[in-house]
Amino acid sequence: MKNGYLFAAYAATWIIHIAYLSTIITRYSRLKREIEELKKR
Amino acid sequence: MKRAFPIFGILTAVLLAYALYQALVVAPTEQTMGDVQRIFYYHVPSAWTAFIFFFINFGASVVYLVKRRPAADIIALVCAEVGVVFCTVVLITGPIWARPVWGIWWTWDMRLTSTLVLWLIYVSYLLLRRFSSGGETPVLAAALAVLGALCVPFVYFSIWFFRTQHPQPVMGGGGSIDPRMLHALLINWLAFSCFAFMVCWSRYRLETLQRDVDQAHALKSLRDPRGSR
Repeated sequence: MKNGYLFAAYAATWIIHIAYLSTIITRYSRLKREIEELKKR
Repeated sequence: MKRAFPIFGILTAVLLAYALYQALVVAPTEQTMGDVQRIFYYHVPSAWTAFIFFFINFGASVVYLVKRRPAADIIALVCAEVGVVFCTVVLITGPIWARPVWGIWWTWDMRLTSTLVLWLIYVSYLLLRRFSSGGETPVLAAALAVLGALCVPFVYFSIWFFRTQHPQPVMGGGGSIDPRMLHALLINWLAFSCFAFMVCWSRYRLETLQRDVDQAHALKSLRDPRGSR
């Protein structure tokens, strides 16, 4: 059971980091699209 | 610099995998707590990394207040964001460790409470940056960051000044630690620091790009007020 806490802590750490990285990647691709649109006009 | 990024990324991934191996396999099992003590290899390096980034945020904020350099403002913002992410990890992994060891998730102990206050200060800093649109926002945020940084040494030294349930510090606390445990701890800190600097760099590039796009939109709306966006 104690190993469950260890797994939960490690999993929570990586979920937080991956979620933050995903927001950066999403914002980056949105900006790239916006730049392409700006260039087209 | 652009070419170095993927290489540094691969090295960081390898280092993180090695650090995980050190934490789960190489480091010996602690006698009283058992395997749950291994949470410490993620909890402590995350706390140190958060403190480092809050200090960089402090330095960049001071530079911005003195010289008004936009790059310093971006560095301050990015470091606060990365620091909050790591501080969130600390606030989540701490209670997960405390539940099987102390029998409770949380206690209003000085170290825990001051860490929560520190996190709230930097979250309010980010909210100020996100929702305030006035021209003085970076200055106000920099002033808040300077005040927030004062909380960092308080959090660190709180276990020396107050009676607390939190374990004593690993470094300079007067206790001893198995060399393999110390090695695993330092490797994890190095790995998480490299990871944090990579995230910081990506976030810096994103922020500069965002500002360029905002500037382009502003210029476009000046040229063509009806057709902008």
